[in-house]
Amino acid sequence: MSILAYNGGAIIAMKGKNCVAIAADRRFGIQAQTITCNFQKIFEMGSHLYLSLPGLATDTQTVMEKLRFRLNLYELKENRKIHPKTFASMVSNLLYERRFGPYFVEPIIAGLSPVTYEPFICNMDLIGCISPSNDFVVGGTCSEQLYGMCESLYEPDMEPDDLFETISQALVNACDRDAISGWGAVVHVIEKDKVTVRTIKTRMD
Amino acid sequence: MALAKICGLNSFVDFNVSRDENNYTQEIEAYSRNFINNAQLAVPPYMNPAEKLSQLAEGTDEAGKHLKIKFDHGTTTLGFQYKGGIVLAVDSRATGGQFIGSSTMKKIVEINDYLLGTLAGGAADCVYWDRVLAKQCRTYELRNRERISIAAASKLLSNMIYNYKGMGLSIGMMLAGWDKRGPSLYYVDSEGARTPGKVFSVGSGSIYAFGALDSGYRWDLTDEEAYELGRRSIYHATHRDAYSGGIVRVYHMKPTGWVHISDEDCKDLHYMYQDQKQKGLN
Repeated sequence: MSILAYNGGAIIAMKGKNCVAIAADRRFGIQAQTITCNFQKIFEMGSHLYLSLPGLATDTQTVMEKLRFRLNLYELKENRKIHPKTFASMVSNLLYERRFGPYFVEPIIAGLSPVTYEPFICNMDLIGCISPSNDFVVGGTCSEQLYGMCESLYEPDMEPDDLFETISQALVNACDRDAISGWGAVVHVIEKDKVTVRTIKTRMD
Repeated sequence: MALAKICGLNSFVDFNVSRDENNYTQEIEAYSRNFINNAQLAVPPYMNPAEKLSQLAEGTDEAGKHLKIKFDHGTTTLGFQYKGGIVLAVDSRATGGQFIGSSTMKKIVEINDYLLGTLAGGAADCVYWDRVLAKQCRTYELRNRERISIAAASKLLSNMIYNYKGMGLSIGMMLAGWDKRGPSLYYVDSEGARTPGKVFSVGSGSIYAFGALDSGYRWDLTDEEAYELGRRSIYHATHRDAYSGGIVRVYHMKPTGWVHISDEDCKDLHYMYQDQKQKGLN
């Protein structure tokens, strides 16, 4: 079994019309054993910037803290908010630094530009190859299932409410086909002047 | 049967027939071994197939690939005896690795009106040998004009699968039934174990199921309490164990035969128990 599938988890991010959404399941488990059902996998890195790190849970937390440190340095030095694209490069650099002994995380970044509020989403592999996307990105142990759900449910330029419905359905139904993802879900919808966080009722098996 | 007789098919291997005497029947037998005798499976043509098969299963081939067939092992099943008979409860998730292949699998096999079997391990292994057992039980009934005892049935099964020990069969099942000696519950597995008992749980979620089951088990449970104990134990297992889930099925073995009690979705159970807990606290 891959170390990336040691703790399990499913993450998804989608672009809408002037908004983005990012959603994650809430399971923290060790292989087959579920430990908690309220594990945080999505981190607020700025007012319109969210980061998720599916993979090995210990590295999820380490990488998040290292990034928060670098992000604080950046914002103090530059005295301005970071652009999601710049943040993605920062994540990429941090991961490539460990090219020969990587962190076992496959990050997903979702946010709005601090200047134009243009939506941005991207994902990358565990050594930092960025792939930006125009529609959706997925990650975690059930990425095949998530891709299937997204390919069939996604349509461009959705309003925030539709985007919430679509991303939730995609996540919940993908998790129903994966043994080590699920046990609750949380969805963030990021708009110019507000961020809505909802936890959704899911199967708990 | 009549057609089989005309064709000269025997229901057993006749060692007294000389080799060259009847080539024709021999050939038929060679090409339909499993058709004539269900307990006979094709094995590789080695001197000692079990030894060679386990060697192959452990090692790798020339390309460095593992040859062992990997089966679905995730399951939670339980069964217990109490004053009202036997309760069996199972989940319904079928996994292949971490992929959920089905959430509605039937893991209790109705062998006949007075005999139930639960599946854990290789699904095909369990279902096949259960079907062979069903045939043998029916044959016994017709020959002896009485139902087979659970002890005998479990021994038939145990002996059949023991012949293939070490060759990769994966079975962990419970047999529950009611015969003239009353109710009985047996655990049979592919390693050769066969043991009667009062409380069993089998599968990857069994540790969690036992936690709930042992704390709530008494001999003098009422029927409703017993169903609820079985259901709740399986629910707790599905909650903690990633490879168990789906629907909780409960069966009751009574003196009049088995009765199907309920099929309940784990999601409904979870939110029902959560509500009950909140109301209890207020």
